[in-house]
Parts: sequence; structure tokens; C-alpha cells
Amino acid sequence: MTSTPQAVRRATPRKRRPATPAAPDPSAGLLPEAESVRLLNPDGSPLPARADYPEPPVEALREMYRRMVVGRRFDAQATALTKQGRLAVYPSSRGQEACQVGGVLALRDDDWVFPTYRESMALTARGIDPVEVLTLLRGDWHCGYDPTVVRTAPQCTPLATQCVHAAGLAYGESYQGRDTVAMVYIGDGATSEGDFHEGVNFAAVFKAPVVYFVQNNRYAISVPLSRQTAAPSLAYKGVGYGVPSEQVDGNDPVAVLAVLNRAVAHARAGKGPFLVEAHTYRMEPHTNADDQTRYRDADEVAAWRDRDPIARLESYLRARDVLDDAAVAEIAAQAEEYAAGLRERMNIQPTVDPLSLFDHVYAQPTPQLVEQREQVRAELAATQEGDA
Amino acid sequence: MATMTMAKALNAALADAMLDDERVVVFGEDVGQLGGVFRITDGLQARFGDKRCFDTPLAEAGIVGFAVGLAMSGLRPVVEMQFDAFAYPAFEQIASHVAKLRNRTRGALSVPMVIRVPYAGGIGGVEHHCDSSEAYYAHTPGLKVVTPATVADAYSLLREAIDDPDPVVFMEPKKLYFGSGEAELPARTEPFGRAVVRRSGRDATLIAYGPAVPVALEAAEAACEEGWDLEVVDIRTIVPFDDVTITESVRRTGRCVVVQEAQGFAGVGAEIAARVQERCFHALHAPVLRVSGLDIPYPAPMLEHTHLPSVDRVLDAVARLQWDDQPDPRWLTEGSAA
Ligand SMILES: Cc1ncc(C[n+]2csc(CCOP(=O)(O)OP(=O)(O)O)c2C)c(N)n1
Ligand SMILES: [Mg+2]
Repeated sequence: MTSTPQAVRRATPRKRRPATPAAPDPSAGLLPEAESVRLLNPDGSPLPARADYPEPPVEALREMYRRMVVGRRFDAQATALTKQGRLAVYPSSRGQEACQVGGVLALRDDDWVFPTYRESMALTARGIDPVEVLTLLRGDWHCGYDPTVVRTAPQCTPLATQCVHAAGLAYGESYQGRDTVAMVYIGDGATSEGDFHEGVNFAAVFKAPVVYFVQNNRYAISVPLSRQTAAPSLAYKGVGYGVPSEQVDGNDPVAVLAVLNRAVAHARAGKGPFLVEAHTYRMEPHTNADDQTRYRDADEVAAWRDRDPIARLESYLRARDVLDDAAVAEIAAQAEEYAAGLRERMNIQPTVDPLSLFDHVYAQPTPQLVEQREQVRAELAATQEGDA
Repeated sequence: MATMTMAKALNAALADAMLDDERVVVFGEDVGQLGGVFRITDGLQARFGDKRCFDTPLAEAGIVGFAVGLAMSGLRPVVEMQFDAFAYPAFEQIASHVAKLRNRTRGALSVPMVIRVPYAGGIGGVEHHCDSSEAYYAHTPGLKVVTPATVADAYSLLREAIDDPDPVVFMEPKKLYFGSGEAELPARTEPFGRAVVRRSGRDATLIAYGPAVPVALEAAEAACEEGWDLEVVDIRTIVPFDDVTITESVRRTGRCVVVQEAQGFAGVGAEIAARVQERCFHALHAPVLRVSGLDIPYPAPMLEHTHLPSVDRVLDAVARLQWDDQPDPRWLTEGSAA
């Protein structure tokens, strides 16, 4: 009889090695969602609520609507002032109202804003005197407001340089025991500048409470986003620095404010910076001096008209019964009044004093500046005598 | 009086400033545990903690921009650029923000800070480690630009820079770091805006700053043998500039040579020569001459001595100061020579 060979069985029970737990994904919580966060459809109808991005209280949304309407009217007035020669130039942010207003509504008064030249609307929405905001563009001085009083840095033109200032300011504030948050406004094109990367990196390394808020309006003057980056979206730039990031529909005011509220709370809680990319569109040329027909089709601009952030919020608030015809009319009247007041004040020719050129170069003028001041004073006196 | 190196005096100035003013924070590349590549921040982190003295990411624009924000929050940043040429990435921050914020905001927002720059050559350094970059800063209104040539000045000027309400680019001549001098700390020398006569003389004035001061002094000693009694003025603070001291000196001596290590074209020495000429024209017996580095990128170590202004080059210039009332032949055109 042949016995089939049989494998000998182990006498002891087999132990199972516990499965190695999957290594935690180090990028978890840093990467943005694949699609922009959105809480309203383009027609203003609500999408399902989200626990991670709670909808802001309805009073905040109503106030947001009011400031967006006033902001758009301000923006149109500023563009008109360029045609009348009252402003040297004006970069409009029409179409970006949700971002402009959302960025300042998410802050406390004692937080700091680091704006660019594009943010005139945001600054008026923050409550800064519009004439002081437009000083730079009117040309009577560079910065018209006192940054230390309104907790807002001068509007920054050298692209992205403000990103590092915000990291330093926010770190310095927390170093001195204050829970100030800094909000950086920056455009899509400026994310290619080194200072954007250095700023985000410094903020991350020093856990500085900064929100980097990228308004991706798809163009840097004429250059489209595809020339700035090969990343899936600009919000993917945070992960490389260990900074949590999110992308949001920048023309959905409810989502913009919800995402920024969370970003600000994250920063204020001492968890370091947060990067938000808002997908939006500038409806006007780069500035009044720009010719946009050279780089984009009218069709493209027209398509974005259907995604207007103000109409979107208005229809949502109407549907929720917190805004009616009377309130809309009342807010429109406020906007008109605001614009009329601005127009009137901007029609007054500002007085400039050539001798003030020598003030504020240094705390105390150097002997050479004193000498030059004296020379200009003599020139002015001679001119006046000549006129008389 | 104690004998110490300039490096030690700078280190003591930082430590004393940190002790006296808790707003002072010191940061940059390798300044923490290592104490800086030249050891100027040696021991500060151990003594004051890593919140007061810390390393940053390797990014010079970031370092200076971060300092802007810290100054806005009320702190007093003192930052180190590791070498002259490595401050160039920070130039946009320096020229567009550090220098201008006070002016842009009509005095509402100022950003007092000190940007320390180890600069110039003479140490056998390879390229990018020996640039004389002072003219870039001096040409930027809103910045003060200071450069010590003595140990006592190193301490005193750095303390004054940290206390100054304006941003100061503090240029430290690398080749003088480890030379010793006499100082009693806490030294207080002449304030910003004052040039100092380092050696009195009757026959001609040598005007120098930073690394060129020892060269000028040595030249003045050597000139005695040739019968010239030379005065040496140390500028110390390029901005603010002291016209009074140099004018007084050159009007007295009637002859002037400006000595700088930097390449000459469009440099600080050119500015000084122009100012002397404007103010001393009627007292001058000869044109104001300049001795400077050559107008070349800083050379490789084995060639740097051809580039650097030497005692002999200074003496050659002095010899050309029309002592016998004869114009320097090299400036005569054929027509006028005829
Ligand atoms: C360092 C620097 N380089 C170039 C410019 C000129 N410039 C002004 S705005 C602009 C485009 C910026 O585009 P983006 O960051 O997308 O902002 P947007 O204007 O769209 O709001 C350019 C190139 C500048 N201001 N600063
Ligand atoms: Mg853009």
C-alpha cells in the first residue's frame, strides 16, 4: 500500500502577524479638495450644507451682500474717475466682490490685512476712507491711510513681497502674546514670485497665523494661468510647505466666507498658516489702461457674467426671506450715496506741498536733504515772485 | 582699555543691545547654534534663548521681508546676510520696502532694523564672497549705510544702528574682523553723520571708509619718508554723510585722494570726489583723485591683490597731486599740450 505523502502539520497553532498599519498619509489634511468648495449653485440655490465649512450666520451674509453692492458701485465710480482724469490709473476688481469683501469680513478689526493694488474695494469694505484708499492712484502721495490705525499695510505693488511681511508681522504679534491674524491678498500670477514661496515657507516654519488668500482671476495682465503653473491648482502649492490648503468657488460668496472663516480660525488657534485659492474672474481689463481684446475673447468674459457673485447671493438671501425689494433698493441707495460722496470729494483738487518731499525720508532729514529742501524753497519763492 | 578683535566687539554690541532692549531679535542663516560663519553672533542663542536669536530658512528676501513684518509689530530686528553677494536676493525687499515704508506712509509706519552685511575682500575668498556692495545701498534714499574701520567704532556704531529709528545697512569689512584694536566697552564714539580724522596732516587729505581706512593710514605713514604729511579721514557713516569734516580738511590741505576698495565707476568715492570738488574748488591745488578697485567683477583669490587698492597705488596718486604745480600729463590732450 502506497501512502500518499502528506505534509506534516505544525503542532503549535499558527500565529498571525498583525497587519502593518498603513503609514499615515503625510499630506492628509494639507491637500485641497479636488473640486472647489461650493455652497451655492450659480443660480443661488443652496447645495447641501457641510459640517467642515459651516455656513456663516445669515446676518453676516446680509452684511456681505451690502458691502459687495457698495463695493461694486465704488469700483465703477473709481473707473469713472480715471476717465475724468481724477485718478492716474485704476485696477478694477469687478467680478471679484465675493473675495474682496469676504477677505475682510472674516477678520477682526485688530487683525492685519496685506493688500495689493487690486484691493481698493476690499479696503473700502474694511471701512477705510475711500479717498484715503485712492490717494495712491490720485497721485498726491503713496499711501493715504495710516496703516497702524486701520491695521492694513500699504497696498503692495511689488508682487508677492507682502507675503513675507505678513509672516513677520503675524509671528511678531504672537511672539508678543497677541492673537492677531494676518490676511494676505495675492493674485494668481504673483504666486510664481519667489517671495510668495518664501513667505508661505516662513509662515509655516514659524507657525505664523497668516491666511494666504489667492484670488485666481485667471490672468496676470495678459498672461493666462497656464503660463504660471503646471500644478493641478494653485491650492496645491501649500502641501510642499506643510500648509493646509483649500480651493473655493470665488464667485460663491457663502463658500468664500465659510472657507475663510475656517482658515482664520485655524490660524488664530495657533496652528500656523492656511492657503486658500479662490477661483474667480476679473470682468474688467487689468486696469483702465489695458486692452483686453489682445488676450481674451468677449465670449469668455460674457460666460462669467452668468456667475455673478452679487446676483448669486441676492437670490439666495431672497429665497431665505432675509432680503426683499425694499432692502435691495435701500442698499442700492446707500451705494449711490457712497459713490456720490466719493465723486464730490474727489472733485476737489488735492493740495500738495513740494516741501513735504523732504519729510519722512528719514526720521530726521540728513544735512544734504536740509540743503536740498532749502534749494527747493528758494525755487518756489522765486516762482511765486515771478507769478506775482 | 582692552585689546580685542572687531568680531568680538560686534558680538558684544549685539549682546549688550539684547540685554538692554528686549525688543531686539537677531536672526539669519547659521546665526543660532553655530554663532554665524564669522562667529559674530557667537553665544547669543545660548544666552538669550532661541526666540531672541534664531536660524531661519535659507532665503534672504524672506529674512529681510520677515524683518519688515517684525518691525511692524514693534520688534527690533537685527538680521545677518551671510555674505555681501548673498544679500542680492533681498534687494527688492530692501529697496522697495525697507527703505521706503516711512516715506510711503508719511511717517506713520517705520521699520527700524539693522541689516548686517559682511563685505569686501582681501581674505582670499572665492567669487560671490568678496563684493563691495555699499554703493547699491548708499544710492537708495531711506537707508542709512554705516561701515566701521576700528574696533571701538564697530561696537559703538552697531549699538547706534540698533537704536536708530531708521533702517541701517551695517557693512562689516570682513578683512578687519580678526584684526585687534583697543577699546573700552561699552565704547561710545562719534555719532552717525560724523567723519573722523584718524591722522592729522598738512599736505593732502586721504578720504577712506571701511576696509580702505587701514590702507590709507599705512600709506600716510609711508608717505612721511617721501616728505608728505598726509591727513586721513575715515567716513564711517556713508549715509548720513559728513560734508563738514572733509570740507574743512581739504580746504586746509588743498589736495585730496579718495580711497575705496570697491570698483570705482559710479561708486561712493565718485560721490565723495564730486562733493569735495564742489565745496573746495578754490582751495584745491590739484584735481581730486580716486584710488579704487578695478572696474571688474571681483577677481579670483590669486589675482585679488592686483585689484585691491594698495599702499603703492595710493602713493602714486599722491605723487600725481601736482606738487610742482605741473598738471598731470595724462590729462593733457595733444592740443592743449602743444
Ligand atoms: C515684481 C513685479 N513684477 C512685475 C510687476 C508688474 N505687474 C503689475 S500687476 C501684474 C500682474 C499680476 O497678476 P496677478 O498676480 O494675477 O494679479 P491680478 O493683477 O490679476 O490681480 C504685473 C506683471 C509688478 N507689479 N511687480
Ligand atoms: Mg490674476
